[in-house]
Amino acid sequence: MGPKQVETVPGLVSRELDLESRGWLESLRGSSVERSPALERLHELLRRAAYAEAARRRHLYPEVDGVELDDICQQAAADAVVAVTAKLDGYRGASRFTTWAYGFAVLELSVKLRRHAWRGGSIPTADDDATWDRLAGGSGAAQARVESGELLAALRRAVAEELSPRQREVFVAVALNDVEIDVVAGQLESTRGAVYKVLHDARRKLRLRLEREGHLEEAVAR
Amino acid sequence: MNERDPLTRLLGVAGEDAGCEGGMVLLAEYVEAELAGRDTIVLFPAVAAHLRNCPACVEDYRGLLALARAQDE
Repeated sequence: MGPKQVETVPGLVSRELDLESRGWLESLRGSSVERSPALERLHELLRRAAYAEAARRRHLYPEVDGVELDDICQQAAADAVVAVTAKLDGYRGASRFTTWAYGFAVLELSVKLRRHAWRGGSIPTADDDATWDRLAGGSGAAQARVESGELLAALRRAVAEELSPRQREVFVAVALNDVEIDVVAGQLESTRGAVYKVLHDARRKLRLRLEREGHLEEAVAR
Repeated sequence: MNERDPLTRLLGVAGEDAGCEGGMVLLAEYVEAELAGRDTIVLFPAVAAHLRNCPACVEDYRGLLALARAQDE
């Protein structure tokens, strides 16, 4: 079911759109008579996508199933429909409409599933010896670099001295303790993107510090 | 999209990174380009970098790739 025929859609950039995608756009932007069945079709499309994605992730969250999983899928589909309709003008037409819409179902499902699986759990804030010692427990060439006591000690100092409290909180949870970023975002009443920005800035500070001290000359190129 | 080594897990990879929201905007185009056999690292370097740095988004990428592939079957 690939694009059969392309058309140019007037807009800010030159875009080519297959007929099916154009049909979705026109019906979702149309009168209530056109829009209502289109919303039903969209909901069904995204409901199936949410269930398919939940099935694909079953191995990650085997403890979430039955009615709980059903509720998550239904809610993800409903929220994805809201997101798609709210962001319709952001659709660039550079992919099929359905692929673009699926992205919202996947995102909604993934956030809800992660937060549900973590519910009741606490966010690790430990930046202690045990946390750092755990990093030295693997094997392999890459691990060998990290388990270098000198590098670990330097990184630990940099975490303590270079990061703001919020950056340290996010880095310790997400990078050191492998807490899902969506879970941290939920805890901080923030978004995945905003928390990732904090993490990104923290990592940049840490890399710069380690490079200044000569620890990353070979390990990570800037 | 391989499992990341410990140093990358801690510090990420340097360079332009689209971020979660920037990556999400382009993710549909990214997976369709990949399914078409195009070089996504060249076409979408900042998204590719983000997918190396963000486990949450890489899992979403895998899910979207599976759905996009399925709609062609």
